[in-house]
Amino acid sequence: MKGILGSEWVGFSYFQRFLSSPDFMNYLMNTLKLSAYGLLWGFPVPILLALLLNQVKSTGIKKNIQLLIYAPNFISVIVLCGMVRMFLSPVGPLNKLLGITTNWMTMPQSFRTIYIASGIWQTAGWSSIMYTAALANSSKELEEAATVDGANILQQIWYVQLPAIKNIIVIQFILQAGNIMSIGFEKAYALQTDMNLPASEILSTYVYRIGLLNGDYGYSTAVGLFNSIVNVILLVAVNWIVAKLNDGEGI
Amino acid sequence: MAGDVQRRVPLHLKGENMKSNKKRLGTSDKMIIFGGYVLLGIFAVLIFIPLAYVVIASFMDPTVLNNQGISFQLKDWTLDAYGRVLKNNMIWRGFLNSFFYSTAFTVISVFITLLAAYPMSKKELVGRKFFNTIFLITMFFGGGLIPTFILINQLHMVNTIWAILIPGSFNVWNMILARTYYQSIPGELREASQLDGASEVEHFFRIMMPVCKPIIAVLVLWTFVGMWNSYFDALIYLNDANLQPLQLVLRSILVQNTPQPGMIADIQSTAEMAKVAELLKYATILVSSLPLLIMYPFFQKYFDQGVMVGSVKG
Repeated sequence: MKGILGSEWVGFSYFQRFLSSPDFMNYLMNTLKLSAYGLLWGFPVPILLALLLNQVKSTGIKKNIQLLIYAPNFISVIVLCGMVRMFLSPVGPLNKLLGITTNWMTMPQSFRTIYIASGIWQTAGWSSIMYTAALANSSKELEEAATVDGANILQQIWYVQLPAIKNIIVIQFILQAGNIMSIGFEKAYALQTDMNLPASEILSTYVYRIGLLNGDYGYSTAVGLFNSIVNVILLVAVNWIVAKLNDGEGI
Repeated sequence: MAGDVQRRVPLHLKGENMKSNKKRLGTSDKMIIFGGYVLLGIFAVLIFIPLAYVVIASFMDPTVLNNQGISFQLKDWTLDAYGRVLKNNMIWRGFLNSFFYSTAFTVISVFITLLAAYPMSKKELVGRKFFNTIFLITMFFGGGLIPTFILINQLHMVNTIWAILIPGSFNVWNMILARTYYQSIPGELREASQLDGASEVEHFFRIMMPVCKPIIAVLVLWTFVGMWNSYFDALIYLNDANLQPLQLVLRSILVQNTPQPGMIADIQSTAEMAKVAELLKYATILVSSLPLLIMYPFFQKYFDQGVMVGSVKG
């Protein structure tokens, strides 16, 4: 290890190698698709859950449902991925149910569905807390006034409850959109198999594989830096939008 | 809407008349509510089934599990898997290591975070803007995996517990939450303790610590659970099997499909071994996840609080 001063200056050669390689577009698109589709499918579910929970009038039932739907959040990534692998294995329960023996974990085309669906299963309940709390704090008088004026349930949801959580929805969406490039390593890596790599290799797992497993430090650092820079650009843009919407105050 | 006129009762009567009010819902409203309950029910069932399946499957006879999945006949049930899992040293060692890492990391992390958050909450701190900028940069921009690894390596922390406990211990996001909380506490408190002759340090430890219990509880829980469930740092920094946290032990069993040798060494045929290995996964999941799943309802209110604190700023 020669350090920065003792090493040869290579200019942008690693970046050139990375940006001109066919892998680059592939991994970049994998990263973007995984998080963008995840956001698209995963984002509305907690809001829907909170609205549904809000309609449950019995506190006991509500508490029990909440206890159940929050639970998966406390399961670790490894255990979740272990469960996914077991449920989807050729001899696993899903195949038994369908009467087939497909090996889902080896199919690139099913990777994103598995990743996103298991993500919704694990975090949708937990993510709904924020909306549930906001709904609980929203003005009950307004709701009652709406009822008095003859608003039906859908009208109440549309004109009273959704406006009450609108701000949180907007901010949450923007925050998550800003994190689109920083999708985590842990889950993608734990769901990878040699066969589904064409869809499951994202930038963070690529950096790990090339850098730490293959020892190509320079190249891998360039890829990681590229990822960070795109991330920062996204976040600055997002912060700017939040500031615009939030009366001049950013994150 | 039918019955519009009757609905116009004074607001203060509304609460008492909830029951009678419900009966007056229109048919379409009833259907919507019914549909909502069904939807919520479906979601709850979808959450419940995988969890229940793991629990039931962990008690199955390996051959039955392999051939037909779970069964509700008592003769197909066995505690065999738990015997094997609980007798395994690596699982226990993983538990102990994880408990140590999570506890030590939580203490270090929350303490450092609070130490930074308190001065950052003071308007009169010199260089407050500067530190804020520095902190925020680390939140959004890092050197990346390899430079960080090289740094930790050169500090001779690789393959020691310090690689787990030190690098991630200052959490900027938590610092912001704590800072916001400190700021929400009236300044009169400091004036009062100043009159009584308390120094800033004494004020921090003896007055602010108890006052800020809610936010500290939130940070402690989040940090502990986060550490307990993570595996990335341990994956890159720890090679020594004796140092590995539970999640890495689980990874080799659940993800890499390599059961701990001691677990199935007594079984002769390879086919039988594979079946038992599959069964062991279910029991392993239950044994490893149960502590947090049992504990979390007791701490639920703190987690709720944390979400509210987070949404203040977020």
